[in-house]
Amino acid sequence: MDTLQNLLLGFQVALDIKVLGYAFAGCIIGTLVGMMPGLGPLAGISLLLPATFGLNPIIAIVLLGGVYYGAMYGGSTTSILMRIPGEAASVMTCVDGYAMTQKGRAGAALAISAIGSFFAGTLGVIGLMLLAPTLAAFALRFGPPEYTALLVMGFFILAYMSGGSMVKTLAMAIFGLMLGMIGIDAMSGYTRFSFSVLALSDGVGIVPVAVGLFGISEILMVAGQGKGPEIKHPKLRELMPSREELRSSVGPILRGSLLGFIIGIIPGSAHIISSFVSYGIERRISKHPERFGKGAIEGVAGPESANNAAATGAFVPMLALGIPTGPVTAVMIAAVMVHGISPGPTLIQQQPELFWGFVASMYIGNTVLLILNLPMVGLFVNLLRIPYAYLYPCILCFCILGCYSVSNSTVDVWIMLVMGGVGYVLRKFGYDLAPVALGLVLAPMLELSLRQSLAMSAGDYAIFLQRPIALTMLIMGAVLLLLGLKPLLTKKKDWRDELEAVSE
Amino acid sequence: MSWHRNLTNDRLSGLMLLAVAAFVAWQNRAYPLGTLQEPGPGYTPLLIAAFLGLVGVIIVLRGGSSPGVVETSWREAPRALVILIACGVATYALEPLGYRLTIGALLVFFLGVLERRKPLAVAAVSIGFSMLSFYLIGDLLRVPLPVGPWGW
Repeated sequence: MDTLQNLLLGFQVALDIKVLGYAFAGCIIGTLVGMMPGLGPLAGISLLLPATFGLNPIIAIVLLGGVYYGAMYGGSTTSILMRIPGEAASVMTCVDGYAMTQKGRAGAALAISAIGSFFAGTLGVIGLMLLAPTLAAFALRFGPPEYTALLVMGFFILAYMSGGSMVKTLAMAIFGLMLGMIGIDAMSGYTRFSFSVLALSDGVGIVPVAVGLFGISEILMVAGQGKGPEIKHPKLRELMPSREELRSSVGPILRGSLLGFIIGIIPGSAHIISSFVSYGIERRISKHPERFGKGAIEGVAGPESANNAAATGAFVPMLALGIPTGPVTAVMIAAVMVHGISPGPTLIQQQPELFWGFVASMYIGNTVLLILNLPMVGLFVNLLRIPYAYLYPCILCFCILGCYSVSNSTVDVWIMLVMGGVGYVLRKFGYDLAPVALGLVLAPMLELSLRQSLAMSAGDYAIFLQRPIALTMLIMGAVLLLLGLKPLLTKKKDWRDELEAVSE
Repeated sequence: MSWHRNLTNDRLSGLMLLAVAAFVAWQNRAYPLGTLQEPGPGYTPLLIAAFLGLVGVIIVLRGGSSPGVVETSWREAPRALVILIACGVATYALEPLGYRLTIGALLVFFLGVLERRKPLAVAAVSIGFSMLSFYLIGDLLRVPLPVGPWGW
């Protein structure tokens, strides 16, 4: 009852015309920013931060929050239409989203992405509203051993659920881990594998790598042939998902939302994990896993929902404990602190209108984004009617602009081009590129958390067995690894062999 | 040359992964390894290189059944290389010449030379895209973009 009254208070605040206007503006800016590779939510929020100094704290946080989850919506648009991930968490959407575009189902993919994001965001807000303090306490129990176990489990899940050759999937994930080793080692200060290039001391960014591997390699494969891609142009009535597609999306949206929210509340975890795991789960439990990679709607609904739910879950530690889960929430905390307010355990009691106003604005923001994005599906899909000879040069320039904007350095553009060439060659040899992105993002976190864990335990590996959460996750990972190796030991077919047989 | 005909995609890619692993392990010799209980900066990269090499060897050994390299079509490779080189040249010129001039020139190359579109369309798209994108991203969003010696 208290929660309902507080929520009503929140809506009173959020439905103020000025607050509503800023929420709307934040959503639009966020969507545009999210569509631009290289300009992710962090860039959008950082650019707007000085503008919020003169605003009241509720409006400031509503505006920045709108940019954040707007960017999650926007990132999927270029993933689906052009196979260019707007940000790291949209990488998995590239796979089946672009395949749906090629089959003339771009509208359905965009619509399901918007609908799934809406439901995931809304469910995430409900979770935030009801469970913030409890979940925040759970998140606090995550230390370096738990992070290590979570990331290792993520790798085992990836290997077990990969549809193609497990060895080749592992090879790509390990290749991604290797890329993640470039840069300054946080524990010792050594600069590794920078080859005297100062910009590489910061490491290799996920945006140039993802844009190169997915976007540039696709253009090289298609434009290199001198004719456009075979994309079926949808009729007007085919722009929305069919009943069957909507029915097929319900399960993935619900599962993705729950998974994404749980992963999102863990401080420091990469949201990219949620979309990868969601994709793997949907493929594994599907009755027709052979459809994945070729335009399965579940391959869009699940990861997109997981991605948005993780974005909402990230606010739980931020609001309930004042702990940033990543750079974006750190900047948002800074925006609130400028006004003399410290997010933390007492925020809900001391500033109820701020907390509940923000929660209510997230409901409104999700609705605004759905209203904005669904009608624009037709407009976005019509971009595909532009002759490919004009489209791909503009996309290439767009990618150069985006990657340069990451840190105003041509090094990122060079990385994008090199990875574009590497991605082209790897695709020719039949490798799946998505695990490279996962490995790159997880490598620094995995190494740091492992070494921190060993520092905590004075070099004793038993620390992973002594902490219940870490032990549970390692056991789950080991079970999946053994299940994955079972066909090699028993010489029986596993689901991948059956998948291959069906495909042939 | 029978080895050439026996070279499959998996065997070649496995060998390439092995070469990358060996290169990383060689470069890694400059960093202290530490111990198993207290890994140094060189420990994890060496471990990763070892795993990559192992996986590369497995791919080579199991690669007999994959399609042969000679059977794979690389028809689009020359044009793809031209596209990549053009982007490379543009990247090199981006800061000295400025964003608008560089992107405009790149679009003229792609549309005019590679795709052989009509001059009016080439001019419109090149000038329009470079100017509009600079205005939206550089001026409105205030993302610092390179400006050339003549203010472009």
